[in-house]
Amino acid sequence: MAVCVAVIAKENYPLYIRSTPTENELKFHYMVHTSLDVVDEKISAMGKALVDQRELYLGLLYPTEDYKVYGYVTNSKVKFVMVVDSSNTALRDNEIRSMFRKLHNSYTDVMCNPFYNPGDRIQSRFVSLGRAFDNMVTSMMIQVC
Amino acid sequence: MADAVLFEFLHTEMVAELWAHDPDPGPGGQNMNLSVLESMGFRVGQALGERLPREMLAFREELDVLKFLCKDLWLAAFQKQMDSLRTNHQGTYVLQDNSFPLLLPMAAGLQYLEEAPKFLAFTCGLLRGALCTLGIESVVTASVAALPGCKFQVVIQNS
Repeated sequence: MAVCVAVIAKENYPLYIRSTPTENELKFHYMVHTSLDVVDEKISAMGKALVDQRELYLGLLYPTEDYKVYGYVTNSKVKFVMVVDSSNTALRDNEIRSMFRKLHNSYTDVMCNPFYNPGDRIQSRFVSLGRAFDNMVTSMMIQVC
Repeated sequence: MADAVLFEFLHTEMVAELWAHDPDPGPGGQNMNLSVLESMGFRVGQALGERLPREMLAFREELDVLKFLCKDLWLAAFQKQMDSLRTNHQGTYVLQDNSFPLLLPMAAGLQYLEEAPKFLAFTCGLLRGALCTLGIESVVTASVAALPGCKFQVVIQNS
């Protein structure tokens, strides 16, 4: 299960960031921030390589001793970053991919909500604007500690 | 096939409603109405630009994005593809549709030529919104030579 999930806009500011162990949140914010460099590197590498197909899923960005960071970029250059616990070795690539797919679907739903202005933070203050998105992220993050 | 006609009716009502309050608003009012339609199309285009390319692989260059507009976006919105796409390779693209579904019910030929821009403003916004989500700033204008064919000109803004 994910420990931290972040959605970053095209201009590299966070639209949504949430982590489970709520103490030490800053550490995760910092980790997501540093992973943006790796994401940019992968995107520009894909552009230069003469590969026929470009994938949206970026894979493992970098591992640390406690955590692994995965990335995914959409066609609209919105990046999703997920931090998972290293000790949870049962998580396979397919599961990470499906978690990103769910995240992408929920993000698309938020985008299609007429009360959402593109570029705003995704908050669940307004009744159901970000609530569904929040719930979906929660379902991906349970069972930690 | 009833879904296509639902959007056409809605669109016709939108245009009619904006012009109903003041049938002859003068150039200022006219532009205001056209801007309102265009910005509505823009927001819809932004959402479509997020939803439609979801299962597709990443776009590699500008031309891929334009091709996506001509094929997938047009197919989703109007159940047909764009008839032709031309470019001068310097940031200007002309998308031509020889029988645009929103103009089809009106007339074939030169009748209603002055009224046609009202019915194209929303679609211009749609194109601009989709391009904006996909990372391209542009200015989209439309021109009609003879109904129901029309051309959309997309000029990419490079900063």
